[in-house]
Amino acid sequence: MKRKNLLERFREWDEDRFDLTAMTAGELHRKEPVKVQKSPIPDRPVERLAEGETRAFRRIFPVLAAVLGVVMITFLLMTVVDLPPFGAADVPSDNEVVRRYVADGMRETGAVNVVAGVILDYRAFDTLGESHVLYTALTAVLILLLSAGEPSAKKDVGSELLHRDGIVTMTASVLVPIVILFGVYIILNGHLGPGGGFSGGAVIGAGLILYAIAFGSSRMERILNLRSFRVICLVALCFYSLSKCYSFFCGANGLHTVFSPGVPGRILSAGLILPLNIAVGTVVACTMYGLYSLFQRGRI
Amino acid sequence: MAFITNIPLFSIVLCLLCSVVSSVLPEKAARRVSLSLCAVIAIGSGTLLWYMIATGTPVTYLMGHYPHPWGNELYFGILEPLLGCLFSLVMALCLLGGKKQLSADLEDGKRHFYYIMCDLVLVALLALTYTNDLFTGYVFIEICTISSCGLLMIRQIGRTTLASIRYMIFSLVGSGLFMLGVILLYAITGHLLMPNLKESIAELWEGGQYRTVLISAMCLITVGLAIKSGLFPFHFWMPDTYGYATPASGGILSGLVSKGYIFFLLRVIFRVFGTSVFYQSGVSHVLYGFGAVGIVVGSISAMREKDVFRMIAYSSAAQIGYIYMGIGLSPHLGVLAAVFHILTHAITKPSLFLAAAQISDAANGTERGAWHGMAHRNRMAGLAFAVSAFSMIGIPLTMGFVSKYRFAVAAFESTRLIVPTLTVLAVSTILNAWYFMRVVIRLYEPPKTDADSAPVHNGASYTVAAIAFLAVNITLGVAAEPLVHLLERSISLL
Repeated sequence: MKRKNLLERFREWDEDRFDLTAMTAGELHRKEPVKVQKSPIPDRPVERLAEGETRAFRRIFPVLAAVLGVVMITFLLMTVVDLPPFGAADVPSDNEVVRRYVADGMRETGAVNVVAGVILDYRAFDTLGESHVLYTALTAVLILLLSAGEPSAKKDVGSELLHRDGIVTMTASVLVPIVILFGVYIILNGHLGPGGGFSGGAVIGAGLILYAIAFGSSRMERILNLRSFRVICLVALCFYSLSKCYSFFCGANGLHTVFSPGVPGRILSAGLILPLNIAVGTVVACTMYGLYSLFQRGRI
Repeated sequence: MAFITNIPLFSIVLCLLCSVVSSVLPEKAARRVSLSLCAVIAIGSGTLLWYMIATGTPVTYLMGHYPHPWGNELYFGILEPLLGCLFSLVMALCLLGGKKQLSADLEDGKRHFYYIMCDLVLVALLALTYTNDLFTGYVFIEICTISSCGLLMIRQIGRTTLASIRYMIFSLVGSGLFMLGVILLYAITGHLLMPNLKESIAELWEGGQYRTVLISAMCLITVGLAIKSGLFPFHFWMPDTYGYATPASGGILSGLVSKGYIFFLLRVIFRVFGTSVFYQSGVSHVLYGFGAVGIVVGSISAMREKDVFRMIAYSSAAQIGYIYMGIGLSPHLGVLAAVFHILTHAITKPSLFLAAAQISDAANGTERGAWHGMAHRNRMAGLAFAVSAFSMIGIPLTMGFVSKYRFAVAAFESTRLIVPTLTVLAVSTILNAWYFMRVVIRLYEPPKTDADSAPVHNGASYTVAAIAFLAVNITLGVAAEPLVHLLERSISLL
């Protein structure tokens, strides 16, 4: 019984079930469910063939999918068996790359946290791309969900209900400052211990979302609306791109940068890593809150 | 190191900056930023190309202070700046030529997002072209995936919404498989930079160690990128994606995005697996087979379509099949033919989409039946459609002819594959001629009434784009020899 339901759900993706003449995405709704019944055999041979084809395809599709799945699983299991054993002393990935990161990472990048040194100094181009992945995702969600109507078009029903709830507001008023402070700590401490821009930004974002749930998004809007949101992202990402461009340029052309590793362990050390962590953290926090707000009410 | 070799870094950072700055700009300014960005990158890549041709030695560019295997790097010879130049030019022409439909298809208040997505697609393509690091490739594949979905779904009608869901699912499966392949390679070599990977893989292959892992990593990476570029049997997202997107997006997605993935795969084959390992492993035969079947299946599907946009989209599936067939054929002439076909398709397909959009506006319909005599109403678009269709069929004096000729030459490199390759080429040329000429003949039928022959105005931007596409197509079709020599030289530098 359950299996049938699952198949039915998959079939809902089928084009026939949607009204595709809809001119906007909002109008895209499901047609009235068509009762699937055995249609009388069509007269024209072409139609009969097409009908038969569809039926045969529907019958054979799950079988083919299962076969493909089994083949893939076997293939990947064979691969896993052949992989070097996990945690063994002589795995190929324990090579000169990792050794230099661990042995010289602190001296070369100034970061006590080797991971921060790797992602923001040795392999900084990847992270530059990665922080723009967030920006890309956010822009895509803005395209999809930003509602063009006036601000009060969609009511913030959920949080208004919660707003009256004393437990939620009380808990939030205690928790939000702590959560946000902790996020700030994770970001600022990113080069000294576990943490960094991505994780700290996610914590701050969670704090902002909690605040918006407890006190309503309209209060949140006073400090973070679409305009300030864009400006924050713009400043953070431009700073990131420009400073990394400078550092790449110097590295490639054999010049000295003005950023020095400093004394490892100090809060103001590790060259660009701290400012970059702050920039990444800001972007991540904004993106987290932005995604929540867009999915919840179609605007920021 | 000459200052000119900094151009790839500057183009990538400039794209990122423009995409971020466009978020606070109004539509017109964002459009200007995108167009000038394309122009600047085209000029920059052109200069770099000229420099690389003059020196002839490939450059490894450090992204930071650490060389491989520790830090990120870029690597470029002749082909990379050539493609950078092509990508930015074609993108600019798509934006110019699709201007009219863009203003109709995009919602007010969301228009500037389109140009942000264009800048991001361009940066992803450039980074995929230049990078010397497998993981950087993955990061920019992600950017490319999301932003190309954005380009598709920004025209918010029912069909594009469904199409982008489908495209997203296929694309993400592709990225996932690619990622798995990268993880496996890291587990057995401990490297992510291409030169070190190649060294370790050659060693492992010689010693016969980790053979299964190596083969499955090869398969996963190849299949992942093949799904993303739409090789048969993974081409089912193509007709909806290319057919219903706004024409500028159709051009960018079919002409550029899929080519970015294919070129990245070529680099992985040449610079990570090494041609000898890849062509011994048998994965190339699989690529050849699926490519050859894809050519025929794509062409047959295109024949059955009445909607011209979907027909052109299915024809893309066939053209992607050509490229993969070339890659599977041989590492020398086959890859040369494939790279030439990448250029051909990137220049021809956007031109077809833009012309089809212009004609269907005049004809009030995208179905072939409504296009009766439309070339008399819209002469420029009719001419552009006809010449581009000739190029896709492979009629002499166009680029399409040269690439089909190169495929035929490549077929003679291996004795076993001569007959199947030539058969596929012949069959597909007949099929291509069948479905494209059917439309072209309908376009040039004499108009029934006088009202049907009242000329339509295209607007200057479309005319410029169409003339540019045609000029490049015919110039390179007539005088292809220098380009072929250049490509021969550049493939040896890969």
